[in-house]
Amino acid sequence: MIATKTDVKTFRGEVTTWLEENYPASLRQPISSYKDFFWGGRNQEDVTDDLKLWFNRCYEKGWVVPHWEKKYGGGGLTLKENTIIAEEMSKIGARAPLQSFGVSMLGPALLKFGSEEQKMKYLNEITSGKIRWVQGYSEPGAGSDLAGLQTKAEDKGDHYLVNGQKIWTSFGDKGDWIFALVRTHPDRPKHHGISFLLIDMATEGVSTRPIKLISGVSVFTETFFDNVKVPKENLVGTEGEGWTIAKYLLTHERQMIGGIGDAHKPTPLTQIAGEKVGLTNGILSDTLLRSKIMNFEMNEALLEMTIERAIDEAKAGNDAGALSSLFKYVATEQNKTRYELKMEMEGFDGLEWESEASKNGALPREFLRTKANTIEGGTSEVMLNIISKRILGLPSR
Amino acid sequence: MALIINEEQQMLKSSVKEFLKERSPIAQLRHLRDTKDSTGYDKALWTEMANMGWVALNIPVAYGGLDFGYTGLGQVLEETGRTLTASPLVSTVLLSATAINLGGNLLQKEAVLPYIAAGDLIVAFALEEGRHHHPTNISTTATGKKGGYSLNGKKVAVMDGHVADKLIVAANTDDGVELFLVDTNTEGITTERVISMDSRNYANIQFDNVFVSENATLAEYESGAALLERTLDIGRIGLAAEMLGGIQETFDRTVAYLKEREQFGVKIGSFQALQHRAAHLFCEIELCKSIVIKALKAIDDNSDDLPRLASLAKAKLGQTYQLVSNEGIQVFGGIGMTDEEEIGFFIKRARVVQRMLGDSNYHLDKLARMKGI
Ligand SMILES: Cc1cc2nc3c(=O)[nH]c(=O)nc-3n(C[C@H](O)[C@H](O)[C@H](O)COP(=O)(O)OP(=O)(O)OC[C@H]3O[C@@H](n4cnc5c(N)ncnc54)[C@H](O)[C@@H]3O)c2cc1C
Repeated sequence: MIATKTDVKTFRGEVTTWLEENYPASLRQPISSYKDFFWGGRNQEDVTDDLKLWFNRCYEKGWVVPHWEKKYGGGGLTLKENTIIAEEMSKIGARAPLQSFGVSMLGPALLKFGSEEQKMKYLNEITSGKIRWVQGYSEPGAGSDLAGLQTKAEDKGDHYLVNGQKIWTSFGDKGDWIFALVRTHPDRPKHHGISFLLIDMATEGVSTRPIKLISGVSVFTETFFDNVKVPKENLVGTEGEGWTIAKYLLTHERQMIGGIGDAHKPTPLTQIAGEKVGLTNGILSDTLLRSKIMNFEMNEALLEMTIERAIDEAKAGNDAGALSSLFKYVATEQNKTRYELKMEMEGFDGLEWESEASKNGALPREFLRTKANTIEGGTSEVMLNIISKRILGLPSR
Repeated sequence: MALIINEEQQMLKSSVKEFLKERSPIAQLRHLRDTKDSTGYDKALWTEMANMGWVALNIPVAYGGLDFGYTGLGQVLEETGRTLTASPLVSTVLLSATAINLGGNLLQKEAVLPYIAAGDLIVAFALEEGRHHHPTNISTTATGKKGGYSLNGKKVAVMDGHVADKLIVAANTDDGVELFLVDTNTEGITTERVISMDSRNYANIQFDNVFVSENATLAEYESGAALLERTLDIGRIGLAAEMLGGIQETFDRTVAYLKEREQFGVKIGSFQALQHRAAHLFCEIELCKSIVIKALKAIDDNSDDLPRLASLAKAKLGQTYQLVSNEGIQVFGGIGMTDEEEIGFFIKRARVVQRMLGDSNYHLDKLARMKGI
């Protein structure tokens, strides 16, 4: 454990050295799509040897999830140490060893609500990269009104019988297991009839159908459950009280989408604008774009300071709950603006959809992807509803 | 450098809040306005504030101050922003005491700082000359003369200029800009009081062959230009702290009205169109709080990053005060347009303080130049 400033320095030094020796040279390139990451699981496509090597090295060191306990495949390190590792990785542009909804979403929920047996099994499967998890929350009729979900799980003694449909399942066709919200008590008020169930997607009756996005890729699916038998022990927490777990998990999902705690900082637009747009007497030639960029960069800087402040408030024992609810909204709206501005800066080059120069339209595709940021994990409108009601205490109708 | 205030600063803030709520509510500003008070501020109040040490927080102990720092002064400014207290805090303490403390020599400091700290001396900061803030382009001249300088030019928007005992004047010498400490009763100075939209005072001051001795320059800093910029950055951050108070007060009043006013048989705060605007403002205000505390602490840490932080603070707080003061009036509806309802006082202060020491456009442009675009 690190306690003093010298300890921090020593630890940071050790991390830097280890990274220098172990981060593969071939991965020191900018990331252009989700395929540049190691996702683990039974169905991973196109993994390069170096991605695998990088993952394995981190796994042996306990650095896939450094702050999880060793018995779960973590490194048993503190959050502070975890942050230092993330910061040092970011400095050399190192990719996360494992990209995983298991780490960012299910893990925290299991740590809080799972039984010891469940933690041992599932957390170890996550950290070792064996099982890739996907999220089964949304349904065709239940998006923002998530608690209105209808997929049902009937009690059949030693198992549940699950029937229904999920939608927008990110990587549904690549996933091994799905954490799903199901209705076990249709007779109860809607928030109290939901259970949190872990389902092996290899079970008979589970099927997926890909959905093609505006960016041209199919990274999510419809997911169907047709008389799927799920063992009773796959229930997390109390039957009928899965909504509490669902909400807790959502706070982690929102942090992930907002990029909160993400050590990877995108290149400031002010750094590339000159080259892309040109300067006239030292001033960006497109002066309207210049003011948009400065507004954006101002808010970026302030968002970062607000994250810093939230951490300091929490450390000082002040209630920082109010702050955490604004991050998803502000950060995702900002990210959309970032890509609007990138598109403006790139001009015609940003329109190329299929060319080598554009890496197959990497920018316009990423740009389109950002439009989902203010939808997934709770829309901006839903976030504003939460702020109005829970923080400002404005009345409901 | 944690982005929170410590216990002492919190205690200071609470006592200032209590005091101003009692002694200087908005009604006090209205009273000064309606009685056409010749000074434009409440002298007795200023003396009380001085007795409590609140006008001496950034002044060293050696000169009768408390050496409590700018983060502390920021808390006082924030609270005066909530109550719109008219006082020489910005002109005399935030700007002039800062400039003298940074750039004055021993004699100048001894002659001025203890009296500011005691609440006995008002010093105004005479910088602006045209419609817009343009501190790098000063036309007022200081021409070398035997034993001193002769000042010529015209200054505008000098906060508290009409009640000041002394002025700090930015003027151009052959070697660039310098700040001069001048008595207001020196021959050749003509002061015209201007009452501004926020019911406060911004004098126009004419300098005709005003003789000042060579000991009048604040010459102990790297250069006059650097002293001016540093003072301005500190001033911008202090103003941002004041604006934060005004922003929060406007917002709190708006949210309270959303919970109180009924139309269509329900509270207007139950309309989602208004809820989302309020929630958006909440987010903007949280961002504002972060930059203000960060920038205040940077002053106390003597940070090199001050120019960037000062411009971020003044740019963002200017925009947000504008937004929240507009939304405030809209939410209050017709009553918001009346002189009787106090929400209107905030939009007036918002526009004035936005213009002072550079508005949002000025500072975004400055930030862009720092980034080389
Ligand atoms: C890229 C992407 C990945 C996703 N991945 C997953 C996943 O892996 N697993 C999963 O379960 N889900 C996933 N989702 C689904 C996502 O959580 C939902 O799309 C989201 O919750 C919104 O639901 P909806 O699409 O049904 O929109 P709707 O709820 O129908 O919303 C439509 C519009 O109405 C507005 N609206 C709705 N209710 C209100 C209200 N009360 N007040 C004001 N406005 C309102 C919304 O803000 C929106 O603008 C993903 C979505 C995207 C885009």
